Amino acid sequence: MSSNIIDHKLFKIEGRAAQFSAETLEKVKSIIARYPQGRQKSALLPVLHIAQEELGGYLSVDVMNYVASILSIQPIEVYEVATFYTQYYLDKVGKYVIEVCRTGPCAICGGEDITDYLSAKLNIKDGETTPDGVFTLRTVECLGACGYAPVMQINTEFYEFLTKEKIDTIIDDLRLKANTDKPKESKWVEKF
Amino acid sequence: MGRKVLTDKIHIPGIETIEVYKNNGGYETLKKALKQMTPSEITEEVKKSGLRGRGGAGFPTGMKWSFLENTSVGPRYLVCNADESEPGTFKDRFLIEKIPHLLIEGLIISSFALGAESTFVYVRGEFKTQIGILSKAIREAYASGFLGKNILGTGFSLDIYVHSGAGAYICGEETALLESLEGKRGNPRLKPPFPAVKGLYDRPTVVNNVETLAAVVPIIALGGEEYAKIGVGKSTGTKLISACGNINNPGVYEIELGLSVDTFLNSNEYCGGLKNGKNLKAIVPGGSSVPILPGNLILKTANGDDRLMSYESLSDGGFVSGSMLGSGGFIVYDEDACIVRNTWNFSRFYHHESCGQCSPCREGTGWMEKVLHRIEYGHGTSKDVDLLVSIAKRIEGNTICPLGDAAAWPVASAIRHFRHEFEFHIENPEIVKNIKHHSPEKYKVAVS
Ligand SMILES: Cc1cc2nc3c(=O)[nH]c(=O)nc-3n(C[C@H](O)[C@H](O)[C@H](O)COP(=O)(O)O)c2cc1C
Ligand code: SF4
Ligand code: FES
Repeated sequence: MSSNIIDHKLFKIEGRAAQFSAETLEKVKSIIARYPQGRQKSALLPVLHIAQEELGGYLSVDVMNYVASILSIQPIEVYEVATFYTQYYLDKVGKYVIEVCRTGPCAICGGEDITDYLSAKLNIKDGETTPDGVFTLRTVECLGACGYAPVMQINTEFYEFLTKEKIDTIIDDLRLKANTDKPKESKWVEKF
Repeated sequence: MGRKVLTDKIHIPGIETIEVYKNNGGYETLKKALKQMTPSEITEEVKKSGLRGRGGAGFPTGMKWSFLENTSVGPRYLVCNADESEPGTFKDRFLIEKIPHLLIEGLIISSFALGAESTFVYVRGEFKTQIGILSKAIREAYASGFLGKNILGTGFSLDIYVHSGAGAYICGEETALLESLEGKRGNPRLKPPFPAVKGLYDRPTVVNNVETLAAVVPIIALGGEEYAKIGVGKSTGTKLISACGNINNPGVYEIELGLSVDTFLNSNEYCGGLKNGKNLKAIVPGGSSVPILPGNLILKTANGDDRLMSYESLSDGGFVSGSMLGSGGFIVYDEDACIVRNTWNFSRFYHHESCGQCSPCREGTGWMEKVLHRIEYGHGTSKDVDLLVSIAKRIEGNTICPLGDAAAWPVASAIRHFRHEFEFHIENPEIVKNIKHHSPEKYKVAVS
């Protein structure tokens, strides 16, 4: 039991250099400034999004501790948030994270077949990453696009009215792009 | 019938930009509100309009605003709920994407009425594209002097910030949303105190849905009384309905409240009837949380009256033979849809999304999911249906927030109206086990 606790990922300090660039840090400070004095913790969700995007694609303990130090809060306050919200990844993910909707409205429009097809095509199960580190497959709950079912999201992009043929094109395209695409872009400035 | 006040301009090319929006009368209502009206006059118009919250609960907006009128000095907040995660609902996404300045104009007028100088829009994290569109529109509004210090020379100052969520349905519940905005887990707060007394940062706060706040613009433009003439009875105004499921034209439609369900479902102007000429089996009219109704009860009430798309008509018959308008997420099931599978799917959703604070919800949603799973896969027992009814009953009304009820109602109503399907599964395990579970064929066999 106790060894399990020690093995938990929240105890694994990787010693990865986790630090925003000077430019990003300025932006982070401007986000913190939106909230009243003493309420800098409010910036936690937005800053975790940025951290995940710019510091390796997932939230390792090192990254979370760094975010805690920037916001002057305890690391545990970051962990409890990072483990609550599904968009924060605590494990390494592929370059393209495929999130397929599994909820009712998509399911009755063929969404379950789409999930099966993706899983077979990529030869991975829900939650897994391909050995080459290109794709992670996850099923998620309603993406708020039910009229365009079946729906999936890959990184920030939505793909709608999915068919097996469309999946083939999308996946094949991304496989080609995986070699040339830069690592995750940091376009968050536009987003907030 | 059929007036549109929110989406009437969305077909104009470039309406998402401030120039085109302004050239088509945009921000004129803001000028009227800020220069010719006092905050309490605005609230008065909203009261007269009869507007009810469009986020799901249908609480009268003017009344909610007036709770803030006599609160102490110091900051108060308006928070716009754009978390939109209720399965079947995708209208706020549409509005933000098509006409972001309508929301911004509504936010400024509403903030002025409430005396808020910092307003937050909490958008679900998955809507990155819409967050981008809204942020750009906000920057345009600052550049045009509609936001920032001393707006239009009136002395009123306002900042609007977009705050991204990170994937949690529960953060749509208003107090969970406030917790999340404060940088915490989305655990709903026990009420009272209500947000109007102790909300964001313990200050008086109003939380309103995107569509509600956008509707403030036509209300001020037309006047509350004129707006109240749209719609039917106490269901005044228009409502965005997001239609999905087995229909020909899924999408977002602005309807005048009081349109008949039959027309909405079958007319080509709206859903265009069922896909592939199939027959109607059931409809969930207001997002996954509201009771499911079989075809005969959704088109006509138990008394034989035409069912209308209005708060009153959809809930006619209470939970025995009625449902709710809810968030306007209209989910249509054709004859092949499996009610058991759908109910299990929704139960899994609520179990996944329960914040875990109260045991009836945390344990009950998981228990229902488990029982439904075994029925769906041919391992149910004869006591399981009653067991589900009893679990649902014990969750309902016994939790901190309404997610518990929202999880119980779909199960209770599916059993109330489709008990035979659950029993068929239990009595015919061999048939149920031997069909591919998400094939349409399944249900042709099972229901007859
Ligand atoms: C579990 C749960 C989820 C909710 N999700 C949303 C949502 O995504 N969007 C929304 O506007 N209201 C949602 N609500 C309703 C809000 O709590 C609140 O009533 C609403 O935002 C008030 O705004 P309105 O009066 O303008 O409708 C949810 C409620 C519950 C219990
Ligand atoms: S009802 Fe469920 S979601 Fe709501 S507070 Fe209780 S456990 Fe959390
Ligand atoms: S159910 Fe798939 S997007 Fe809503």
